[in-house]
Amino acid sequence: MSVDDGPDGTPVLLEAIDVVRTYRLGRDVEVPALRGVSFRVDHGDYVAIVGSSGSGKSTLLNLLGVLDRPTSGQVRYDGRDVRELPDAELARLRNQRIGFVFQSFHLLPRLTALDNVILPLVYRPGSKRERRQRAEAALASVGLADRMAHRPGELSGGQQQRVAIARALVTEPALVLADEPTGNLDTTTGEDIMSLLESIQAEQDTALVVITHEPDIAHRAARTIELRDGVMADGSSP
Amino acid sequence: MSAREAFRVAMQALLANRLRSALTTLGVLIGVMSVVLLVAIGQGARSEITGAIEGLGSNLLFVLPGDGDFGGGPRRSSFVLDDVERIDRELLGGGTRVAGYTIGSEALQADGERLTATVLAVTASYPAVLSRELARGQGLTESDVVTSRRVAVLGATTAETLFPGQDPIGRTMAIGGVRYRVIGVLARVGGGGSPFGPDQDRNVLVPITAGQRLFGTDRLDAIFVRAAATQTVDEDRAVVRRALEQRLDTEEFSVISQDEIIGVVGDILQILTLVLAAIAGISLLVGGVGVSNIMLVSVSERTREIGLRKALGARTRDITGQFLLEAIVLTGLGGAIGLVLGIAGAELVAAFAPVPAEVTGWSIALALGVSVAVGLVFGVLPARRAGQLDPVAALRRD
Repeated sequence: MSVDDGPDGTPVLLEAIDVVRTYRLGRDVEVPALRGVSFRVDHGDYVAIVGSSGSGKSTLLNLLGVLDRPTSGQVRYDGRDVRELPDAELARLRNQRIGFVFQSFHLLPRLTALDNVILPLVYRPGSKRERRQRAEAALASVGLADRMAHRPGELSGGQQQRVAIARALVTEPALVLADEPTGNLDTTTGEDIMSLLESIQAEQDTALVVITHEPDIAHRAARTIELRDGVMADGSSP
Repeated sequence: MSAREAFRVAMQALLANRLRSALTTLGVLIGVMSVVLLVAIGQGARSEITGAIEGLGSNLLFVLPGDGDFGGGPRRSSFVLDDVERIDRELLGGGTRVAGYTIGSEALQADGERLTATVLAVTASYPAVLSRELARGQGLTESDVVTSRRVAVLGATTAETLFPGQDPIGRTMAIGGVRYRVIGVLARVGGGGSPFGPDQDRNVLVPITAGQRLFGTDRLDAIFVRAAATQTVDEDRAVVRRALEQRLDTEEFSVISQDEIIGVVGDILQILTLVLAAIAGISLLVGGVGVSNIMLVSVSERTREIGLRKALGARTRDITGQFLLEAIVLTGLGGAIGLVLGIAGAELVAAFAPVPAEVTGWSIALALGVSVAVGLVFGVLPARRAGQLDPVAALRRD
């Protein structure tokens, strides 16, 4: 049992402690997006963060993805407070521990599916061959072994999201952060994508945090955190 | 990100916008090409002119009006024909070692052919002292000078122009409306007329006395003294100075050795070269501004890509480095192509124009160094802007 293990002995991956994030608009206008949110995500956890538009979901996602730092409170990764880490260390954390899946896929249109999946590996040491092999394996695991040389424009929405998932898991992250992963997909394709994410979560002991406003998606998760006006609503499980 | 990987990414991005990259490169290319070409022309002029002076022999002394401060503008000469004889008397060893001339430009005419040429009114010793050889006929003699005989020795080009396909010896011609008889033709010096100096083959020699009457003066524009040997240049210079001081103030003349002339002329032409380089440098600067501009556009276009790369683990300096490298590849490429075209242009100029051109090592190093530096300097602003983009905002932008 390590220092960061929770009280019940499960290993804690990340912890949000009374997280506040306030945006400044202009000189004197402050907009509170999060007003004190606390919860934890364990290794292999499956958490849905739900809430209506403007509830602070995106802000929370940015904080969990260490793309942003809280105004007050702590976001702790592996026991380390991200507010105390320099930018370069946060970049490393994103590269090695976190895989992002976005609503609008965010694939680079000029690159092939394979090169898109290689992208995160470029920012860590390793040979070109090794990168290629890992990216090929990741694409094969999402069922796109025969689409590696295709560019995003030549793929369907579901296929593009699969490429994005391959890109997220090629680094073998501890956490996959999915922001409305089915938002741009039809219901059937959305189901497939969720099943794919869940199988990765189950098989690779990767924590999965899905941000969604669709109750159907949220119900699939082991736990649900509901945000309302920047605070956690009753019924959320911290 | 490894340097090789960064280079690959930079090339990919540049190739994705081929036309834009090419046009941006063109700006730097033209700048570097002009630097190399103009410096080559400047250097070529410098070495040709100093070479021409060197060709006169290293033991030549120039006696010129004024105190030697060329910045003071042209001075009216105080030399007269007697000064040539005075110097000649003082110099040990004797022989024909002192010459003088008065120079003017006159209309020449013979058998309907017309030409405006430089007329050198010279002492009989002039060809010997300045190493001008006779090709045909006779040279000017002491008696021609004493009797102000109206005889002329033509430069090779002058002879061909006035008497095409004929033997000019013995023919008559008009110089400034006065009849002269042609007695000789000088050997061709060659080198052609560069824009930087008079064509030695395009002039006419007449006896000093006749020439002075023609120009309406009793003065000499310059006196030349050939020292007995290179080692005695300083001794002879003192002798010349003493001889002239008997009659003139020290401010009225200066005695300059060939080395000093080369030094002064070389300095002037070096400044000319640097001015040319600076003018060309301005176009390089404009090219750099173009690079900066296009890189800013590129950063703004690729905001989402930058945000994504940051989310995937790119550090600020990875992004900054990537864009900086793109700028340097653009300018470096422009520099390399501009260098090749500049050298080719210099060769072309040297081959087809009466302007010599000489590509020097320092202009090549300067052009390449400056083009890469331009990429660095003008790439820094856009690259820093890219590196400092907030990934959250960058990802959200559509």
